Amino acid sequence: MKLSGAEIVVQFLKDEGVEHVFGYPGGAVLHIYDAIFQQEELRHILVRHEQGAVHAADGYARSTGKPGVALVTSGPGATNAVTGIATAYMDSIPLVVLTGQVATPFIGSDAFQEVDAVGITRPCVKHNFLVRNLEDLAETLKKAFYIATTGRPGPVVVDIPKNVTDPNIKIDYAYPDRIEMRSYNPTVRGHTGQINRAVDMILDARRPMIYTGGGVVLGDGSEELVKFTRTLGYPITNTLMGLGAYPGTDRQFLGMLGMHGTYEANMAMHECDVLIAIGARFDDRVTGDVKQFCPEAKIIHIDIDPSSISKNVRVDVPIVGDIKHVLADMNRVIEASKKKPDEAALKRWWEQIEQWRAKDCLRYDRNSALIKPQYVIEKLWEVTGGDAFVTSDVGQHQMFTAQFYKFDQPRRWINSGGLGTMGFGLPAALGVQIAHPDATVACVTGEASIQMCIQELSTALQYMLPVKIVNLNNRYMGMVRQWQELFYESRYSHSYMDALPDFLKLAESYGHVGMRIEKPEDVEGALREAFAMKDRLVFMDFITDQTENVYPMIAAGKGHHEMHERELA
Amino acid sequence: MRHIISLLMENEAGALSRVAGLFSARGYNIESLTVAPTEDPSLSRMTIVTRGSEAIIEQITKQLNKLIDVVKLADITEGRHLERELMLIKVRADNPSRREEIKRLADIFHGRILDVSDETYIVELTGNGQKLDAFIDALGPGAILETVRSGTTGVARGERTLHV
Repeated sequence: MKLSGAEIVVQFLKDEGVEHVFGYPGGAVLHIYDAIFQQEELRHILVRHEQGAVHAADGYARSTGKPGVALVTSGPGATNAVTGIATAYMDSIPLVVLTGQVATPFIGSDAFQEVDAVGITRPCVKHNFLVRNLEDLAETLKKAFYIATTGRPGPVVVDIPKNVTDPNIKIDYAYPDRIEMRSYNPTVRGHTGQINRAVDMILDARRPMIYTGGGVVLGDGSEELVKFTRTLGYPITNTLMGLGAYPGTDRQFLGMLGMHGTYEANMAMHECDVLIAIGARFDDRVTGDVKQFCPEAKIIHIDIDPSSISKNVRVDVPIVGDIKHVLADMNRVIEASKKKPDEAALKRWWEQIEQWRAKDCLRYDRNSALIKPQYVIEKLWEVTGGDAFVTSDVGQHQMFTAQFYKFDQPRRWINSGGLGTMGFGLPAALGVQIAHPDATVACVTGEASIQMCIQELSTALQYMLPVKIVNLNNRYMGMVRQWQELFYESRYSHSYMDALPDFLKLAESYGHVGMRIEKPEDVEGALREAFAMKDRLVFMDFITDQTENVYPMIAAGKGHHEMHERELA
Repeated sequence: MRHIISLLMENEAGALSRVAGLFSARGYNIESLTVAPTEDPSLSRMTIVTRGSEAIIEQITKQLNKLIDVVKLADITEGRHLERELMLIKVRADNPSRREEIKRLADIFHGRILDVSDETYIVELTGNGQKLDAFIDALGPGAILETVRSGTTGVARGERTLHV
């Protein structure tokens, strides 16, 4: 089959099994867009800003496990995509981002819409390529998908100069179904000796704690994790990125840990004698002060990425491998082992944990005349039966959702944990809805975050994506305000949101349904009404208590046992 | 501790900037870096001299290994090894006694005089960094017009090899 470069891009994506591409056209990718126009299988979703394209591809990837694909033009198209790429990189999301580039003879000449996309994206991609020759195009695309989706996943950028996609130059094309790279061979199986050592240590534990992160979600290891945790009867906590990998409604689940984690999860971390870290990276928001981190624990760490092991915290038993495989191996070793967990010690440990849990650290004022954001999330969970895909932006609303929406399944909680990108939620929700047309998709956001990618409301109308937007509107950048209250003597420097649009009218002008909810007693009814509108995007503007803070809270640089709690009258 | 990390990497455009970018982005120290193609033109060999605690060196080697272009890597300071650096140094040699003194110093250090003008000598010297430093010290202040050093390269002694 003789194809042009542009046709190869499109044909390759089809052969690779890609169904959706999120993008925005421009000069350098016009040949590719022309090839897209002349076929129907590969569906292109036109966004309103390239950042939105990458976030949408990201939401698509997080909710399906398949790589997300974005297509943008050179220059500003590529630079607009960078925030999306960095977001995916920090959370290890498999993406392939195709950027147009000026024709090879113009590279380096400061041509119109030229940037060094490979140079600009280098620090925030797993790998990137500049395709200089048409002959290399198909193989490079194959490498990009292979690298993005294997090992520790991540975004890969392929920069394609315009002349490489010239419709008049055609070459033989065959889909490369396999690729060998001598410099890239990710480890899959864990080391048997290390697995045996770890299981020994796990079964000897008297105060064990399981701490799991996004790696379990990304590695589809949820089923094995549930079996592992239930067989042992040990307590488990998830990081922000790991929520849903273990059922949030289960008794063994202590909630999220870290800066805004629960009292019981953080105290159990502080007092445990064996910590089993699985697909988690000991992020500073999780560990607090590393010198005071799990002071009494021997640490076992399972991760696909050797560089995550002993990076921030020294571990005793490292196991490098794919989470799903390693956990399956461990489950077999545990089953076959004559040794069993120490029931008496475990009983005492659970009694201690229940005392911590009884403090009810997530309590809030349920009698307030103002809408409490926590209440909205609780009701959201009820109304959606705990079964929605929930995306979020970044800040207080993100933490409230993590605390109060009990995710029972992986890939349902879609948020920017590592980079903390405001503006992520809406485009990510669109990507999720494209991947799951019949599913309930909610975007929890705030009046500050939503304005960072609000233009995507237009994309939502074009493709009839019935996302439900839960806007927790407190007229502040809530998390910034909270830090200013606690650490800057309430000097609220530029954290207010003045001159806000009327979100109800704004939603309507974009062709959607807008609702404003101002009283606690109207919250549930509004949610029920909105979620009943299966084919419409509904923008719910909840006017919430301006002074509400996220608790518990560990201030930056403090230990897990040094939590601030909410003071309630 | 000082470490010499040798790596084989794909001889691709941008490979060098991936390594340099990694060091600057993560705040690792680079004392010197040399790179050139090997007998296999698809591979480059890079030698990086860096300093850091054991934990930092461990992270550096892991992070380098994670770069897709890096094929193989070894910390050659973990075992017996050879290291060499090349220096070309242009010195003032504008009177007979200076010329004689520099010639004698170059002989002591097993250096060679590569270029002679009425006013200058260019001396070529190889050795480890300390030897080159000692030569610079011996020349004394004021004599040196220009110093060009290649940075350290090295190789493990004996049977240990870094190859694909």
